[in-house]
Amino acid sequence: MKTTKSIGIYILRGITLLIAVAIFSFALAQISPVDPVRQYIQANPGVSAENVEAMKEYWGLNDSPVERFFKWFSAVLHGDWGYSTTFRQPVLQVIGIRFKTSLALMMTAWTFSGVLGFAIGCIMALFRDRLFDRIVKRICLVMCSVPTFWIGLVFLAVFSAILGWFPFGLAVPAGVPAEAVTLGQRIHHLILPALTLSFLSFANLALHTREKLLEVYDSDYALFAKARGDSDLKILFKHGIRNSLLPAITMQFGSFGELFGGSMFAENIFSYPGLGAATSAAGTGGTDIPLFLGIVLFTSIFIFTGNLMANILYQVVDPQTREGVKK
Amino acid sequence: MKNINRRMISIIIASVILVTIVSIYFAGTLFPESALRADFSQKFLSPSFEHPFGTDYLGRDMFARTIKGLSLSLTVGAIASVVSSLIALIIGVTAALGKGWIDHAINWFIDVFMSVPHTVLLILISIALNQGATGLLIGIALTHWTSLARLVRAEVLQVRDQQFVLAARRFGKSPFWVARKHILPHVLPQFFVGLILMFPHAIMHESGLTFLGFGMPPEQPAIGIILSESMRYISAGAWWLVFFPGLALVVLVILIETFGTTVRHLFEPRQAQL
Repeated sequence: MKTTKSIGIYILRGITLLIAVAIFSFALAQISPVDPVRQYIQANPGVSAENVEAMKEYWGLNDSPVERFFKWFSAVLHGDWGYSTTFRQPVLQVIGIRFKTSLALMMTAWTFSGVLGFAIGCIMALFRDRLFDRIVKRICLVMCSVPTFWIGLVFLAVFSAILGWFPFGLAVPAGVPAEAVTLGQRIHHLILPALTLSFLSFANLALHTREKLLEVYDSDYALFAKARGDSDLKILFKHGIRNSLLPAITMQFGSFGELFGGSMFAENIFSYPGLGAATSAAGTGGTDIPLFLGIVLFTSIFIFTGNLMANILYQVVDPQTREGVKK
Repeated sequence: MKNINRRMISIIIASVILVTIVSIYFAGTLFPESALRADFSQKFLSPSFEHPFGTDYLGRDMFARTIKGLSLSLTVGAIASVVSSLIALIIGVTAALGKGWIDHAINWFIDVFMSVPHTVLLILISIALNQGATGLLIGIALTHWTSLARLVRAEVLQVRDQQFVLAARRFGKSPFWVARKHILPHVLPQFFVGLILMFPHAIMHESGLTFLGFGMPPEQPAIGIILSESMRYISAGAWWLVFFPGLALVVLVILIETFGTTVRHLFEPRQAQL
């Protein structure tokens, strides 16, 4: 009961945030010097000045910005997110198709970095303050400052160009009909971008897990367990993982924003046809404002979903937070 | 040698890094333009003593280009993070000292900011400001203040209710006087560390956005431009074109981060007494 109530409040807050994001992003798009009519007709010389005027009138460009915002926003609420000028398709359709491709990439990277980061964190804590721990910690700290796009480029150079183990990009082999693509080929194309993307957060997660576990090892109950004769490994499995898994999972769910930001780079480098690549295409290829606004809204929903899931998970799994809600 | 304690070591590390960063900056700005001259007889040379980072598709020396790029990154990073931290300082102090609703409003505003991926927000701002270097600078300055603002707010809240602040208020000192005499000195060390640590973020976002094609115009020798250009020649096997400029960027970022953490150690009295 308490749980549903607090989650309800959280969702309400999320909705106000989304409305605010819509207002801000629409305002920013208004400031932009991109002329939608010019954008639509491109360099077509056959369009007369009267026609341009008519189009402006038809699209409501002569209305006030506030009026236009409400028109746009109510259309968005009714499921009409506009028409993408880059892809010549409805925005919602572009986002849907692209996101499905991206999701495979992002979820692979997300799971991989989560498992790897947590495992490395555990091992570091087991070897705490010994040489192994110190070296790995240093490596993790360095990894935190390596930009995703550079790691992607290095992977591409090493594994595709020099070693030739992986293809140069795209989600499927070029020139093969969609039905003929095997799952193995898809995975083969997915590995490098997913590896690149997982480099984004695993070092951070490992360091975070290590800190949490050190707290556990410093606690009185760990001391008692040690006095009872439990080994470090046993303490890790009995106390450590229970206490550090939840913060780690929350952190992973909270990283959806960075995950999407990273996917923009990974997809661009590996020409992977996902939402991240579509975002930069919407920005560069003549600035496709409807698609871009759609993506801004969609990504904020995506991030919000991640945080919401973390929130629910916490409430359901951890009784301590439930007590906190009662007050 | 007795005098060499941890504080001394920290000071030495910090000054060595500072000198390195400053010399990278000046090396970049003072590099003669002739170092970037295209020479078609020299294109795609792999790294050698003459060209430590190799040469690119126009036969330009990659080492010179990289240093120029780093110095540009430093400029952008410096301007953006100074502006951004000033925004953070003002907003953080206002949130902590203002009325309850101001605090709520600012917190809510920060939440709004955090609910869009940084990169997407940066692109949106850069499009709104017609792209180019100015759009990039303003975008980075406008997006990086949030976490520092929260830190400043927490710090100010911590001092606000201390005895000496209450006493000063009872003596009838104006809020402005209290802010200047008691609160700022407490917040400033944290603020400077925050400013330095914002630097690497700003630099990474600058090169990232430029890499995607939204930041610096293509004629600038930015690291992002170099990398996106070099990406085309990976399949030809010119790995050094992407490897070294990116590595140099990573090294610069790590240097600045180490500088920041060292300065933090120096500011923390507990550490300093060791």
